[in-house]
Amino acid sequence: MREQIEGSQAVARAVALCRPQVVCAYPITPQTHIVEALGARVKEGSLAPCQFINVESEFAAMSVSIGASAGGSRAYTATASQGLLFMAEAVYNASGLGLPIVMTVANRAIGAPINIWNDHSDSMALRDAGWVQLFAADNQSAVDLHIQAFRLAEELSVPVMVCVDGFSLTHAVEGIDVPDQESVDSFLPPFVPRQRLDPDEPVTIGAMVGPEAFTEVRYLAHARMRRALDLMPVIAAEFAAAVGRGGGGLVEPYRLEGADLVVVAQGSVIGTLCDAIDELRDEGISVGALAVTVYRPFPVDAVRAALAGARRVVVIDRALATGEGGFLAADVRRAAPAGTPLHGVIAGLGGRPVTRASLRRCLEEASRGLLGELAWLDLDTTLIEKELAGLPGGTDVHAGPHAG
Amino acid sequence: MIEAAPTEKRLLRLDMMPHMLCPGCGHGIVFDAMLRVLARRYETLDGVAFVAGIGCSSRVVGYVDSATMHTTHGRPLTFATGLKLARPDLKVIVVTGDGDGLSIGGNHLIHAARRNIDLTCVLFNNEIYGMTGGQLAPTTVPGAFTSTSPEGNHEEPFDAARLVEAAGATFVARAQSFRTRLFEEVFAEALDHPGFSFVEVLTDCTEYFGRTNHLGTGADLLFAQGREEPAVDADLATRPTLRPVPEKRTRPTLATGVLHRSRRSTLEEAMGLVGGAR
Ligand code: SF4
Repeated sequence: MREQIEGSQAVARAVALCRPQVVCAYPITPQTHIVEALGARVKEGSLAPCQFINVESEFAAMSVSIGASAGGSRAYTATASQGLLFMAEAVYNASGLGLPIVMTVANRAIGAPINIWNDHSDSMALRDAGWVQLFAADNQSAVDLHIQAFRLAEELSVPVMVCVDGFSLTHAVEGIDVPDQESVDSFLPPFVPRQRLDPDEPVTIGAMVGPEAFTEVRYLAHARMRRALDLMPVIAAEFAAAVGRGGGGLVEPYRLEGADLVVVAQGSVIGTLCDAIDELRDEGISVGALAVTVYRPFPVDAVRAALAGARRVVVIDRALATGEGGFLAADVRRAAPAGTPLHGVIAGLGGRPVTRASLRRCLEEASRGLLGELAWLDLDTTLIEKELAGLPGGTDVHAGPHAG
Repeated sequence: MIEAAPTEKRLLRLDMMPHMLCPGCGHGIVFDAMLRVLARRYETLDGVAFVAGIGCSSRVVGYVDSATMHTTHGRPLTFATGLKLARPDLKVIVVTGDGDGLSIGGNHLIHAARRNIDLTCVLFNNEIYGMTGGQLAPTTVPGAFTSTSPEGNHEEPFDAARLVEAAGATFVARAQSFRTRLFEEVFAEALDHPGFSFVEVLTDCTEYFGRTNHLGTGADLLFAQGREEPAVDADLATRPTLRPVPEKRTRPTLATGVLHRSRRSTLEEAMGLVGGAR
């Protein structure tokens, strides 16, 4: 049944349906509503047996999750931005130990300068930390992906990060269909740990591995991750069968039939992008979109197949590899058929809205072959010139853009 | 005897007004008291640098017309340590909160105290994470309701002053937003003290702590501090939204004033960055 719910509340309900046994909470905007809602459910008793703990930092949140998962519990936490970066050491530890923790990242920019609004810099910084990364295009997919994430994590013994745009999804109220407990139970069996700390059958978790076997340990982790590419479509199909509606997969095409120009993106920009594409199609521009749902491991084959008919590709990145360009663009370049012109567009950093009008302008330019290899959506060049005028040699001594 | 100092406005970045503190928030009272002390001591703040973390308390530093550094959550004391090593001549004031300074940055607090680095750290303790919307902090009194302790807090809070003293701080004081004169006195002494000086100030988050625990307005909270009243309204038990009110629910009665003072080499002295004892 569709209900009007805030994204964070919907994610919390989806996580609750997965019966987590340990939930760690540390506040950071824009994630906090999710753990607050889970705390309320634990208190109501609707989530028993589940332990909810307020920890002292994100570093502790992931470390406690590791302990809980190693002890045989289904563990969940959520974070964003600086919080994700602060827990980075433990994030690698979780994947190195093959613990199927699920974590929501309410995507937010990284400081300095401090900024609480949405972009994908946080997830991108940890894209190669050995976690599967799933990107939600809207709150329905956020709900669906969280439920699939637990299944994927536990089948592979790989932790999964579900990336949900901060504010534009977490704080948006949308019509969302949250599945019922029975369907979720039929799709997601209780967690049976592959290995767990148990004094009756002692094992050592996290022992030192020297040069003689370290590469092999990494090879096996790599192979486990790659299996996600085969498994995710199967899991998505089973999810669809259990709840009675579509559940995504590796990538999601939109109006790709006969599209000369294909726009690749991920996250909440997809909705606006589809609207822009509808308008451009009406005007006779043959354009379509490809949403990348599974970002790590990167579905090279699926993206390559989707781009087979494209004469030109635009990739929208909501994060910047400083001095380089887009992260997603670099991945898509690897997948795009050789010789296809590809334009990276940096958009929506630090919460700047990505509007339909701006996207249309950008795609029109692209369709006429006027877009550069790296473009910036809605860049305020006046502001930049003003700042450049103040660089050393000028009179302004400030080290960076200042708020005054 | 403390004289009134109506000149503190000159130390503010008035173009940053209006400030972001909620009406009735205790932080404004404490900040104002800090400014009064600074206005009495300094004509301009040229030799003073402020370092702050993340949170409502740390945010006030943005309104001081001085060199101010805004760090990542929990790290102001580490940034300040680097700053003191680079510029031992500066008077460095760290502003932090109970979440910033005792939770995510708790480790740095005890190490700064142990090193006896010559700076002043003011920790605004309002028992909650205000900026993110009222979550449980390591200072929340047992039983109190927050957005992440809907059944009342199960955990014991830190006694920040005792913690820091045990870690080696050479000046430790506690004040309240209710007793600003006491705060002014101990803050001034902290600024004079050579070594790590720590002032914990009990203040109130009206918007989240006050509201969630049905404690009334900012003024009600302030006077409750004065009377050392329970931190959770006993009347909560008769309200319709009803949550069982736990037995232990008071902000413990805490000693205020200068709680500890001693003298040993500061980090700067031990490293030969400054001359002998002042
Ligand atoms: S949220 Fe609380 S601590 Fe923050 S400004 Fe408002 S009243 Fe003060």
